[in-house]
Amino acid sequence: MKGKTAILEGSRAVAEAVRACRPDVISVYPITPQTHILEDLARFVSSGKLKSQFVRADSEFSAASIVYGASAAGARAYTASASQGLLLMNEVIYAMASTRLPVVLTAVNRAISAPITIQPDHQDTMSLRDTGALQIHVESMQEAYDAHVQSFRIAEDPDVQLPLMVCMDGWVISHSYEPVTVFPDEAVAEFAGSFTPVQKLDPSNPLTYGAYADQDVLMEYRYAMMIAQEKAKDKIRSVTKEYREVFGNFDGDLLDTHCTEEAEVVLVAMGSMVSTIRAAVDELRSEGRKVGLIKVRTFRPFPRDEIIAACGKAPVVAVLDKSLSVNSGGILATEVKSAFYGGSSQPVIVPFIAGLGGKEVNRRVIKEIVDIASRAAEKQGAQETVWMGLDRSFFS
Amino acid sequence: MLLVELRIHGRGGQGSVAMAEMIAGAAFAEGKFAQAFPYLGGGGERRGAPVQAYARISDSPIKLREKIEEPDLVIVQDPTIMEMVDVLSGLKKDGVILFNSESTIELSREDVRAFFVPASRIAIETIGRPIMNTALIGALARITGLVSVDAVAEAIREKFPGEIAEKNVLAVRKAYEQVGGVE
Repeated sequence: MKGKTAILEGSRAVAEAVRACRPDVISVYPITPQTHILEDLARFVSSGKLKSQFVRADSEFSAASIVYGASAAGARAYTASASQGLLLMNEVIYAMASTRLPVVLTAVNRAISAPITIQPDHQDTMSLRDTGALQIHVESMQEAYDAHVQSFRIAEDPDVQLPLMVCMDGWVISHSYEPVTVFPDEAVAEFAGSFTPVQKLDPSNPLTYGAYADQDVLMEYRYAMMIAQEKAKDKIRSVTKEYREVFGNFDGDLLDTHCTEEAEVVLVAMGSMVSTIRAAVDELRSEGRKVGLIKVRTFRPFPRDEIIAACGKAPVVAVLDKSLSVNSGGILATEVKSAFYGGSSQPVIVPFIAGLGGKEVNRRVIKEIVDIASRAAEKQGAQETVWMGLDRSFFS
Repeated sequence: MLLVELRIHGRGGQGSVAMAEMIAGAAFAEGKFAQAFPYLGGGGERRGAPVQAYARISDSPIKLREKIEEPDLVIVQDPTIMEMVDVLSGLKKDGVILFNSESTIELSREDVRAFFVPASRIAIETIGRPIMNTALIGALARITGLVSVDAVAEAIREKFPGEIAEKNVLAVRKAYEQVGGVE
């Protein structure tokens, strides 16, 4: 299908996609660097381009609660936030997931205080890792658009019924401009379909939401989300495949790979730095270095088997984390190591912490990571976490 | 492969990010690939505080999302910023630096090419307000040939409505004619 390609801000690309998916209810509280999405959607509503009910909230907690209620009543619901705002939503997102409410949420990644900063890293969305919400991490403005168009159908599928977070790095994606192809609203609306809830709050057919439970069913609710996330894998694959068929080129479902064939070092990463890694890998390949890349698109559901398959026979896997579990290490690295545990192939896995608080991860840093990882291959067994660009003089 | 990287220095509220966006838009209108992005540090988007915006223009799709450390071009919207910001930082040898200035400015480096255009005055004459970003794009078009005036006009009309757009296009054309130092 032919779309219109123009230079768009990442936030605008998201707003264009959300508008065309026609959510019934939107409630968003402003926070840098998410606010441009809120402003664009508010403009669409006030100009009549979007018929959603736009509910202003007095906090992120309220905004999340409003879309929780809307979704429970059978409405297609959307919200967005970043950083501290996501933390304030945390309690509600747990409830949303366990109540199986398929709200779509744009998470504009920004580091967590203190010290306060507006630079991007993944600590905010990682703190929501265990809520039960799905997480799709995008690397470009185009993918931000594409992922939002796909998001409602995945979340609202009767086999899934979970909140879905589309995660995009603040500034690098949200406030940057590049050519983005936007498809006609009618075509997107048709693709996105409408929300048909399995059940909903309805005065003529009363149901209890948020009921009390002890040892009788709480564990069962948790287990049900485990099943739903596994089923989400198939749904994400089928929706992305259909998207490719309807709208043309789109790369990746659960993950995407670049130059992994016969790679001796495979880098694993998420978000906007993946694009720069692609460029670095191309340069290294042209120098004859056998380096590849795995982009983890869906952090939840986590593509364990797909990562193992994509790593192939690579002897070294370097995982780049933009978040930290204090006293444990990089969270993505922990998940990758866990995926390989007990399997037949056991590459040397080297964890890197890079880009916290927006610390630069450019081609130079990426090539340094490849060099460090290559040398690490000589040492078998557990690898220490490598902190890229850490200023040791800070501690003296 | 063509890859031109540029950095814009300004103060919050002077439209540095919008300028990067319009340069990217103009390049895109001419069939090139382009990217524009801000850097907001030290607390963000306060009016009057020094800000930087960046753009890349290429003849192939741009994968890079790293910061631009060694630009080919630098544009300074407000030279008073030089008291606190090193606008020459990382500028490549033989690189171009364009100032919004009535007169020439002494630089600490001789291996770069400096140009001056009275963009604030042109903006007041054409737009009625000292919003000098579009005039500076006009000067950039003349100095580098990176984008044409017509493509810049197209990007401006994409961003602004009717009369405002036309006033800005006039600023572009005036600056194109008035920029000093072009052989």
